[in-house]
Parts: sequence; C-alpha cells; structure tokens
Amino acid sequence: MTAALLDVTGLSKRFGGLQAISDLSLRVGEGEIVALIGPNGAGKTTAFGLISGFLTPDAGAIQFRGRSITGLPPHRVCALGLARTFQIMRPFPRLSVLRNVMIGALGRHADPRAAAARAGAVLEELGLAAKAAEPAGSLTLSERKRLELAKALATEPVLLLLDEVMSGLTDRETERLVGEVRAINARGVAILLIEHVMRAVMSLAQRVVVLDYGERIAEGRPEEVANDPRVIEAYLGDERL
Amino acid sequence: MRWLGALAVLVLLALPAVLGSYATTILILIFFYGFLGQAWNIVGGYAGQLSVGHAAFVGIGGYTAAMLSLERGITPWIGMFVGGALAAVLGAVIGYLGFRFGLRGFYFVLLTVAFAEICRIAVSNVDAVGGALGLYITFTGDPRQFQFQDGRVYYYIALALMLAATGVVALLERRRFGIYLAAIREDESAAEALGVDTFKYKMLAMVVSSFLTGLGGTFYAFYLFSLQPNAMFGIPLSVEIILRPIVGGAGTLLGPILGSFMLTPLGELSRLYFGQGGHHGLHLVAYGVLLIAVVLFLPQGAYPYLRRFFVGSRP
Repeated sequence: MTAALLDVTGLSKRFGGLQAISDLSLRVGEGEIVALIGPNGAGKTTAFGLISGFLTPDAGAIQFRGRSITGLPPHRVCALGLARTFQIMRPFPRLSVLRNVMIGALGRHADPRAAAARAGAVLEELGLAAKAAEPAGSLTLSERKRLELAKALATEPVLLLLDEVMSGLTDRETERLVGEVRAINARGVAILLIEHVMRAVMSLAQRVVVLDYGERIAEGRPEEVANDPRVIEAYLGDERL
Repeated sequence: MRWLGALAVLVLLALPAVLGSYATTILILIFFYGFLGQAWNIVGGYAGQLSVGHAAFVGIGGYTAAMLSLERGITPWIGMFVGGALAAVLGAVIGYLGFRFGLRGFYFVLLTVAFAEICRIAVSNVDAVGGALGLYITFTGDPRQFQFQDGRVYYYIALALMLAATGVVALLERRRFGIYLAAIREDESAAEALGVDTFKYKMLAMVVSSFLTGLGGTFYAFYLFSLQPNAMFGIPLSVEIILRPIVGGAGTLLGPILGSFMLTPLGELSRLYFGQGGHHGLHLVAYGVLLIAVVLFLPQGAYPYLRRFFVGSRP
C-alpha cells in the first residue's frame, strides 16, 4: 500500500440507541481511489461526516497528511486539503454558478478576481462554463451534481470525499462523470467515494471497503469484494433465511 | 448606474437649499433610518442572521455619548466612537453566545430581543443614567456639543452617515468577506464545508454592524435632545430598523435606502394626518399593509425588482 494520506483508526459514533459507526479503520493512500459501499443505513455518510469534521467521534483517531484532524471544525479540515460533497446537494441557490464555485476558491485565493479565474477554470473542466451566470437553483439534477463536485474541487483538495455523486444520473451522464472523476484523480487528487452505482465503483475504485451496520465487513479489490459471500449477504440477506 | 448614483448624491446635497424645514426633517429621518438599516443589513441582510435587537446598539451608543458629555464634558464627537465601540462589544457578546451555541433562525431572534429588553429594563432602573425618565440634553447650539442652530447641518450629517455606511457595504460586498457572508446566508453548512470559518465571519459581521449602529445612537440622542429607555432600547425601534431593509431588499446594497425612502415618509405623513384626527397608531396600519404587500408580491424586497426593471440583470 502507498503511504497513507488518510488514516482512520478505531472510529466510533453513536446516536442515542443507534451505533452508527463502530471501530472503523480505513486508509486512503496518496492518489488512490477508494470506494466505501454498503447497504442503506450502513453508516457511510456518518463516516464522511466524522472525517470531514461535521460530526465529532465518540472514539477513534483521524490522521490526515500525518497530522491529527480529530475534532477539527470542517473549515479547518477543508483548509488542510480535504474537501467533501454532500449527498443531498447543497448549492447556494440564489447565487450564480460562478459565485458558488468562487466560495470554494476564495480559501486559497483571497482576491475575488483570482478566485473567479480559478472558479472559471473548474467550471470549464466540468463542462459548466456556459451556466456560470445562471443562479445555481435553476440547474438540472445532473448539473447540480457537477456543481457540487466543482465547489469541492475549487478548494484545491488533495483528498476528495464524494458522497453519491452518480446517483440519479442517466447512463451517459454517469459515464461522463466517471471520466471527469478519473481526470481529477490523474492530477494526483486521492478520492474516497460513497457510491451505489456499482458500475462506477467497479471502473473507478482501486480498493473497496464494505460497511454494514457501522462495521467494516470486507475490504479488497472491487472484483474480490463483489464475490465475497459476506458482502452478498449484507446486500441480499442470508439465503438460508 | 454609477453616474446615476453620483447624480442622486448631487441632488441630495443641493436639496436643503430649496426645501422647507418639514421636508428637511423627513429627509433627515429617511437618511438616519437608511443608515441604521444599512448597518443592520450587514449582519441581517448579507449574513442572514436576523437580529431583532439592534435598538440595543442605538441605546448603548446614544447613552454612552450623552453620559460622557453630561458627566465628563467629553464632546459627543469623541463619545460617538466610544459609544460605537461599546455597542460593538455588546454585539460581540450577543454574537458569541448565539453563534458559538449554534442558535439559528427564531432562536437567534429571541436572543437578540432578550438582550435589547435586558438593556432597556436595566437602564430604566438605574437612576445614575436617568432611570425611566431618561436624560435630557440642554440645547446650546454649540457644534462642539453636536448641536447646530441650522437644522441643515443635521441633514448633512445624516446624509454622510448613510453614504458612509453604504460605502462600507459596497466595499464589503465586493471582497471575500461579503461573498462569504452571502454563502453563510444561503447555506451555512455548505459554506463551512468549503473552508469558510462561519463563526469568525458571523462575528465580524455582527461587530461591524453593531459598531455602525452604535454611532447612530449619538446622532439620535443629540438630534432629539433626549434619551428615553423605551424609545432607545425598545422593540419598536428594533422593528423600525429591520423593516426598511426587508421592504427595500435585505442583502442588497441599495435595499435599505430604497426601503427608507418608501417607509419613512409613509410613517411620518400618516402619523401626522391620522394623529391630528386622533387616530394615533394608525400609521402602524399603513406600515402593516405595505409590509404584507411586499411579502406577498416582492418577497426579496423592492430593490431586486427595480434593478431588473432598469438593468435587466441579477447580481
């Protein structure tokens, strides 16, 4: 395995009576693409919330680029180079598409003109340049998914956490977004993605981590994991039942 | 657009030469409430943190300048900034409590109202600052005491306050600070995820806003020559402060000014005419009708629609 960029050890989080994450360990290497999969309610989004600083873990440690980020607020985590997208997309609806992406870029480019230039380049890359002046609230689903990615990308991360950016897209849109994610990764950005679209997982991920009831039940190359009986059971239920 | 603004300023500068004293008074109030609305606009409009306790900053500012002048003989020109600074300290306290403990929406509204009410009740009960009767300032007409024989000087001071606050907002709007505030208003968690230190920027917005509002308190006190706790800290003043930017367009540069030009004359004239007929308080009905109309038909305030009408674009 390559040197760990993100190193999560023994992470646990409980919400009242629900153990959302228990003793989760997870590593993402430099430039690696790792997929986090699992049935609905397995704790994937909670794991993202914990890693990105929106939630505070009950136990465990999160190391990013060799330093502890456990308990840091989200904006600090972002400033260190770890950006996330939201499963439920969160555009700034009344601001223009360019403004939306600028907000991400302003962290590294305090001058609004420089941030606008950087945001423009990201929009160009993701095929949203024609929509730059539109209010974000007017975009289609597919465009809003790409805007979500563009905002995160504008923060110039070294690790991107993508929460179901492919869901609800047509096959062609998915294919296009897979290509764009691959291009981002080719520039050296490591990616941790939550995804239900298995075609995207299979073609993108170098490693897959499977969660069920907040626990890691399997890990390995995509084809290994897909044939793992524990994984099949988690998704389809025990056939003996 | 720019030369239109310059023209408007020139007209406003020349107006006192041709206006009678009543019209001048109404314009002074338009500028003054436009100024307070603009100061509120920073935290309430741009950052979207609905403070309904801004009267507290007017009160702190006005009482500070008046007390320094009455007790220590310090000129209100200095007292004004001391008052602004104290208002900013109060703003920082309210902001810290609200933002650190994540009070949003109605809960932040309640916090700000509560602080203003605490200030009002406290000042009403401390005789050293005039108690419930308040403080009176003797008119000397001495410019060093912020008093002027010629009423037009108040006109120019109020105009300068409004233009200065608008200049501050115009500057903020274009910089990272202003863009971040809009992001916080639109979606705070999304802003935080993109690296925006939402706590810090909300605090800064609150401090700048309360400082400016505090400066307004000195003008208020020395223009009216009297300070009453109910008038300077009360909920009615807080509501007056927020109505204009909301009607004109909260979070827009000219919304508070437009709102003040709409509401202030309406309030003053209806107070004058209905008040003479013995129908006190009927001006509030006029406010209410206008407010309902704006909420129903122009939910983002009047300015965005006016702008689209003339320029055809949106910010």
